[in-house]
This record gives sequence, structure tokens and C-alpha cells, in this order.
Amino acid sequence: MPDISEPVLQLLLAATVAGPLVGAVAALLPAPPGLKGKSPDQAVLRHGVLVTGVILLLTLALAAGFDHSRPSVMQASTDISWIPALDIRLHLGVDGISLPLLVLTALLTFLCALYSYFRPPTGASPKAFVALLLLLETGTLATFAVLDLILFFLAFETVLIPMYFLIARWGGAAREQAAGKFIVYTLLGSVIMLLGLLLIGLKAGTFDMVALAADGGSSLSVTVQLVAVIAVGLGLAVKSPMWPLHSWLPDAHTAAPTVGSVLLAGVLLKMGTYGFVRILLPATPDGLHAFAPYLGAFAAVGIVYGSLVCLSLVREGGKGDLKRLIAYSSVGHMGFVLLGIATMTPTGVNGALFANVAHGLITGLLFFLVGALKDRTGSTGIDALAGVAGAALYGRAPRLGALLAFAAVASLGLPGLAGFWGEMLAMFGAFQPAAGLSRPAFLVYLGLAGLGTLLTAAYLLLVVRRICMGAVPEGAPPLADVRGHEAATWTPLVALTVLAGVWPAVLLGLTDPAVQKLLAGGAS
Amino acid sequence: MTAPAMAALAQPALAAQAQSVDWLAITPPTLTAVLALAVLVTDLFLPERRKPLLGVITLAGLAAALLTLLPLIGEDRATFCVADTAGGACSYTADGFTLVVQLLVLGGALLTAVLSQAAVRDDRLPAGEYWFLLLASAAGAALLPASRDLATLVIALEVASLPAFALVGLRRGERRSSEAALKFFLSSVAATAVTLLGVSFVYAVTGTLHLTEIAERLPGADPGLHTLAQAGVALTLVGFAFKTAAAPFHFWVPDTYTGAPVPVAGYLSVVGKTVGLTGIVLVTVLAFPSYGEVWGPLLAVLAAVTMTAGNTAALRQRPGRRHSAVRLLAWSSVGQAGYLLVPLAAAAYTGAPDAAVGATLAYALMYAAVNLGAFAVVALVARTRPAGRLTDHRALYATHPAHALALGFFLLCLAGLPPGVVGLFAKVAVFSAAVEAGLGWLAVVMALNVVVALVYYLRWTALLFRPAAEGATALPRAVPRPLTAAVALAALIGVALSGAPQLILRFTGTGLF
Repeated sequence: MPDISEPVLQLLLAATVAGPLVGAVAALLPAPPGLKGKSPDQAVLRHGVLVTGVILLLTLALAAGFDHSRPSVMQASTDISWIPALDIRLHLGVDGISLPLLVLTALLTFLCALYSYFRPPTGASPKAFVALLLLLETGTLATFAVLDLILFFLAFETVLIPMYFLIARWGGAAREQAAGKFIVYTLLGSVIMLLGLLLIGLKAGTFDMVALAADGGSSLSVTVQLVAVIAVGLGLAVKSPMWPLHSWLPDAHTAAPTVGSVLLAGVLLKMGTYGFVRILLPATPDGLHAFAPYLGAFAAVGIVYGSLVCLSLVREGGKGDLKRLIAYSSVGHMGFVLLGIATMTPTGVNGALFANVAHGLITGLLFFLVGALKDRTGSTGIDALAGVAGAALYGRAPRLGALLAFAAVASLGLPGLAGFWGEMLAMFGAFQPAAGLSRPAFLVYLGLAGLGTLLTAAYLLLVVRRICMGAVPEGAPPLADVRGHEAATWTPLVALTVLAGVWPAVLLGLTDPAVQKLLAGGAS
Repeated sequence: MTAPAMAALAQPALAAQAQSVDWLAITPPTLTAVLALAVLVTDLFLPERRKPLLGVITLAGLAAALLTLLPLIGEDRATFCVADTAGGACSYTADGFTLVVQLLVLGGALLTAVLSQAAVRDDRLPAGEYWFLLLASAAGAALLPASRDLATLVIALEVASLPAFALVGLRRGERRSSEAALKFFLSSVAATAVTLLGVSFVYAVTGTLHLTEIAERLPGADPGLHTLAQAGVALTLVGFAFKTAAAPFHFWVPDTYTGAPVPVAGYLSVVGKTVGLTGIVLVTVLAFPSYGEVWGPLLAVLAAVTMTAGNTAALRQRPGRRHSAVRLLAWSSVGQAGYLLVPLAAAAYTGAPDAAVGATLAYALMYAAVNLGAFAVVALVARTRPAGRLTDHRALYATHPAHALALGFFLLCLAGLPPGVVGLFAKVAVFSAAVEAGLGWLAVVMALNVVVALVYYLRWTALLFRPAAEGATALPRAVPRPLTAAVALAALIGVALSGAPQLILRFTGTGLF
């Protein structure tokens, strides 16, 4: 690993968070001479690729300079007073928990920008599209990099407006309702979350997450912790989403443009689960301990519920939509993440964090593939894709079909691919939950989760059978196979899915020490 | 119309017998009042085509009045003190609180004046009267935060209000305008009468009008007069609650705002509201601290009802209705008034009113800048589409991208969502005051209201960026320069504050009184 000094790391992190914001403002200004490109639209889309590319390089440099021998320590920390009146500090830093998420966010956003460059979004002007994409990136990166409760809330809220407009302006049918539902649900959750964060901060006397983690909830009474966990947990659970607060997600995914879906599933959902690990787990352990069995129960129900809905969507004549199906499968996958967190054990939380990243890679890929399918066939209806004049991808576009099958088996948790480890570790955690948590209850959740994996395998294989297999209809027009830019966009995701699957230590080595520290009440 | 003159000049005459007058301290309201008279007199000698000069004089005068605040920073001066109680009761105090509110009021008036330059010309409003009334009202509003006795307070309140009635009804030959003015006048006068009744009760119990002396004497008052004192406290608040447009005294707001010229509606929504709020702060925190158990719950309920009433009404606003843009801003201003009251209610519970009042002031400053900015863009659209419907704002981005982005920013500030960062932090400060005071239920009510409000703010914001409807005529691109200047000024303040919210939030940390 190259030896990068701490001040440079600080600068790297600050530039990573602020860079996209500057880029977003620059995207709205007219292009400077020399950078005008073929047309204004092309120039601004290129600007998007450039900025997100630079940000990706910055996060990679950050990862390279990160001291991997002590991932439990906050590195690249910047701590400047911003609003002394409210005791809000610009406190940034990365540890083993946030680093993978930062890289994942930067990667997915870059891939989205790249994809949009070759397939410009249809709808309103690309200028606004790029500006919103970059604003979204600032918000998501900031969520994972800030260490101040109120800043976390600010970052959490920053993503709402860009995502709303991405769905409402560039989405498909019923996009305005879907976008409205998305923002109202999430805002309702996050405003309540703000009340909980304020309660924690005011009672503990600090909004600093590191200090709160070190304190381990000892300066908060159990009542305060319980109220705070309800309030904060509600906001995070809406975002995650946890069954039964998930109902905004399928609509949003179905209506969103490809890029919006990728980022929504790949990054935005992680903000919710990350909040659980970063804030609730260390700062209010007693409160979370009281609610963990309920969280686990909701998570287990979510796993089964998500896969059952998917099964009903995929069946013949079910009028299912492929994007909707992936959205519901996300509810199931995020159920595993929440179950892992609910166990409050290092194994479970590590599994949750692993599943988080794996879900981002795999579901991001799935949404890209569905977007490509829609481009070619004009539909995402499963019945239309599987019908007589259907896709029959193995016959008509074998590489695309193979990729879809790859993503599907990765998603169902085939050992050797990224989807496996996280869910297995989460279930391991449920087998032996933290001391004081009811073991029988968690064994039941474990059983439900096991059932969920079976159902997940069932519907994903059905998807593969109905869309990839099947006879090529006579006289069907040829379907374009994977194009160059698509290959460029998808290869990193495929490679990382395989890498994380065969070499899980690359992630677990980062998260485990940090998780151990958080669970031990901040003492390393 | 000699009311402002009376307010500013009659007092020195009375008080000069007892002690010297600190002229520097009283400069901001006095300068504004003198300027008002100067404009009125100058109007008589100016030919019709030179009338725009009056607007320029007003702008320069208000800017000068704002500058006179500078030497007072950190001075904490008091004047018109009663001689026999040394260091005690003074009628006029220029402390931190006074200066912040004067900054808000004079700055709001300045922004309104910039915004009015085009309106006075376009609507053919009588220039001399318009500028005189605006300045007179601003003088009263600037006097109000400095008043430290109930008589001055009520006089200042009336000086700020009476010219406003006339401003609302200034559109000649418009039935709606005079109807709006009459409605505003009648309900306002009734509220003032109730306040005066309350003041007389309080005077009967304590025998003094000075706020600090009331605070001292109320706890030791005759127990038999306790009920009278309670009634006095509650009734005094009514008049100020009316000015703040708190429910159930808010029904005048939509009709008055839509009947008035757009800049005047903006002025009422910002300066008018500040006037009422300042009054509430002064009487509750300075005069009745011992009666917190009366006004604390009262204000908390008032805040909850006000924000809910305002936001639900705004939500039900049909976008195609005539004047729906101003109407929506009117209802939203009622909702915002509810948020503004939250920290004041919290002040009764924490025992540390300074931080709570600071949160209200910070919110009010943010609100003043972005709300006037929103009114400026509405005025711009209403120039060519006089129906003033929300739907008339559709596709504003296509013809006026900068203005549309600014309006979007203002609305998101009001909603409290990034990129309107300052709006978010102002709301955080308000929430924080409520949580700290243990007013959890009020915080939850406000949280729900924030979500409701987002729906209508966002609906409007989304309209701006939609493609134009089929067959709609585009707005002319040319915009009067003063309007653009007003929008730019408000946007500049909003963006600067978003980068450095500490500029306004610091009032929550420092002692204001």
C-alpha cells in the first residue's frame, strides 16, 4: 500500500464529498470554450462522466492510503467547527465500515454517468440530469463520511430532492405519483429521525458520533434510548426499507429511470442500514437491545414477504414487472441486512455490512440489465418478455442472457459469489444472537430466513427460465447483444461480485475490527 | 397620518424634561419616520415624471437606517428612563434583540422597496403615498422591538399597522383591494381593543406599564387579583397573535394578501408577522416570566393549531384558482408562523428564554429573506399573467432559468430541504428548542406539518421545471431590473446563509437582552 500522509487523506476525503457539489453547480453553467463538445448535451454528459470519474479515483486513492492494519480507527478525520450555535461540526472520517460504502457509491455513480453518456436519458434536458446526479452523489457520499448526527441528517435529506426529480422527470409511467410517494414517505421518516437524533445529541451533550460511540450510551437513560431508537429507527427503517414500511420502494423503482433504480437500490437503501450500524448500535445499545427482537421479526417477515411477492409476480399471467420484482427482492435482501443488525453480534453485523455491499453490486447490475432489456424490447413486463414473441435471451442475445442468469444466481446467494457470504453470516448471527436476546425467537427468524432463501432461489430461477430460456420465435427480429459501453459499465460489477464471493476477507477484514469496536462500546 | 411622527417625536418631548435623550440609540426608527415625512412633502413638489425619484429616496433612506444600526452593535443602550428608579425602567432599549429585529424589519422593508419599484409604476399606485406609508409602517415596526413599556409597545404596534391598512387598499378602483383593507382593518382593530383590555388588567394588578417592573411586581401581586392578572396576560397576547396571523386569528390573511399589491403582501407576511412576534416575545419573556404556566401552554397550542391550519389549507389550494400563488404563500405564511411560535412556547418550559428567542429570530431572518424572494418571483410572473395562478408558473425554467432556480431554492428553504440548507438548519434550531423543553408532542406535530408543507412546496417547485403546456404563450423574457435585483438579493442572502448558517444561528447562543 502506498504511504499517503494523513493531511493528504483528509484533503482526499473532503474533496470526495465536496467535489460532486462543485461539479453540480458547474454543470448548470454554460460549458467553457474548448469543452463544448459536439453539442451542449454531449458536453454536459461528458462533464458528468469526468466529475464522477475523478471522484471515483479520489475514493480509490483514499482506499489505497487507508491504513488497512487498523481499520477500526477513524482515518482521514477532519473536525472543524461549522455552526457553534447548534454545536454542529464538519466532522468527516472513514473507517472500515464506511470505506467500502464510499467506494461502492463512487463506483456506481460513475457507472451510471458512463451509461448515461452513451444512452442519454430521455425526457428533460441532460443538463439538469447531470446536476441532479452529482448532487445525489454529494448527499450519498456525505452520508457515509460524516461523523456528526445533524450533518448525517443533512446528508440524508440532500438525496431526496435529486432523487425526486430523477424519478419525476425522467421516469416511466405513473412517475409523478411514485416520486411523490417516495419523498413523502422518506421525509416523514427522516423528520421523525431528526427528533430522535436531537434527543440523543441534547441529552448526551454532543452530536459527535465518535464521542457517542465511545460513550456507549452510558450518559443516556434507558428511557431516552428507547424513545431515540424508536424515532431514529423509524426513519432508517423507512429508508432501508423494512417491511411493513417498504411500500414506497416498488413504485419508485418501477417508475424510476435505469440510472435512478441503480442508485436507489445500490446506494440509497444502504444509507438506512448504515445508520443503524453507525448510530443506533453504538450510541443507544440498551435501546436497540430492547427493540432488536422486533427488528429481527420485521426483518424475517420482510424476507419471506419479499420473496412471496416475487413468486407471485413471476408466475405466468401474473402481469409482473421485472423492475417491480427486483424491487421486492430488495425488500427481502435488505431483510437479511436488518436481521444481521438485529442479532447485535459481530458475526451478524459483519454479515449485514457484507450483504449491504453485495446487494449494491448485484442489484445495481440487475437494474442495468433490465434497463438494457427495456431498451431492446420496449417492455419490462415479465409476461411480455416471456411470451411467444418474448426475449428468449439465450437464443437471441446469449451474452445478455448469460449476464442476467449470472446476476440472478448471484442474487439468490450462490456460494462463490458476493450474495452468499452476507446472508450466511447474518443467519449465523441469528443462530447465536447477542447475550440477553431471546435465542428461540432468533431461531425462528433463522428458520424464516432459510425459507426465504429457498423461495428466493425459486423465483430467480423462474425469472431465468422464463426470460432467458425458451424457443426463439420464428422470424423474430434480432436482438442486439451486449454493446461496448454496456460491457464497460457492467464488467466492474461482475468482477467485484466474483471477487467478493471468492475472497470475502477483502471486505470482512475491513469491517470486522470496526464492528468489534462499535459493539464493544467504542473501546478498541 | 401623523402617527409615526407622534411615536417618534412626541416621546422625546415628554422625556426630555427628565433626562437627556440618547439620540444615537433612537436613530434607526427616527430616521425612518423623518424620511417618511420628507417623502410626503417632496411628493408635493415633484412633477409626475420625476416621481420615481421618491422610490430612490426611500431605498437610500432605508439603507442609511440600516447603516445606523452598525454603531449600536454591542452597545446595549437605553434611553427614556424613569429618573427615580435608577438603572431601572427604561422605555427604549437598543440591545441585541432590538438590533436583530430592527435589522430584520428594515432589511425586509428595503427588500420590499426594491420589489415595489416596478409595482408602483405598473399598477399606477400613487407614488408619494405609497412610499410614505411603507416608510411610516417600517418606522413603527422598528420602534416596536425597542419598546420596553406597554404604552410604547401598543403605540408602535398601531404605527406599524395603520399605514399597512392603507397600503392594502391602495389599488384604486379595485373592489377587492378595498374589501381586503376593510377586512384587515376591522379584525385588526378588534384585536387591538382586546390587547388594550389586557394591558389595562395588567396595569390594574401591577400599577406600572414598564415591562421589567411588571415582571418584578406580578409575582408579589395581591393573590385576589391573580385571576385578573392571568386574564390580562392571555388577552394581551391576543392582539399580537393576530398580527402574527396565529390561528384562530388568521382568517384575514388570504383575502388581505390577494387583495393587496404583491409587494405589500410580501411586506405583511414578513414585517407584519415580525411585529406581532416581537410583541409576543417582549410581553411573555420580559413582562410575564412568572406566568409561564399560562402563556407557555397557550403558545404551544396556538403554535400547533396555527401550523396545522395553515398547512392543511395550503395543501388544499387548487393550483388553477385565481391568485392561487399568493394565496398559497399566504397560507404557508400562516403555517410558518406556527413554527415561529414553537421556540417561544418552549421558552416557558426551559427557563432559558434567550436561546429560544434566538431560534425564533434566526428562523424569522431566514424566512424573511426567502419569503420576500418568493414574492418577488410571483410578482414577476403576475406582471404578464395577472391571474396569478400557480399553473401560470409552469415552465418558468424554460424562459427564466435563473428566476426559476431562485424560486425553487426559496421554496425548498421554506420547506427546509437541501439545497435550502439554511431552511433545514433553521428548522433544526426550532426542533431543538422544542425537544430541549420536553415539548415532544409539539415537535411531532411540527414534524408532520413539515411533511405536509413539503408536498405543496414541492408541487410548486416541480411545476417550474415542467415543459410548457400545449399552446401556452411564453412569458416575455424582459424583466424589470428592480425585480431581478430583489430576487438576486434574496437568493444571495439565502445562499450565503446556507454556507454559513452560523450567521443567523449565533443568536441562539448569545444573550440577546
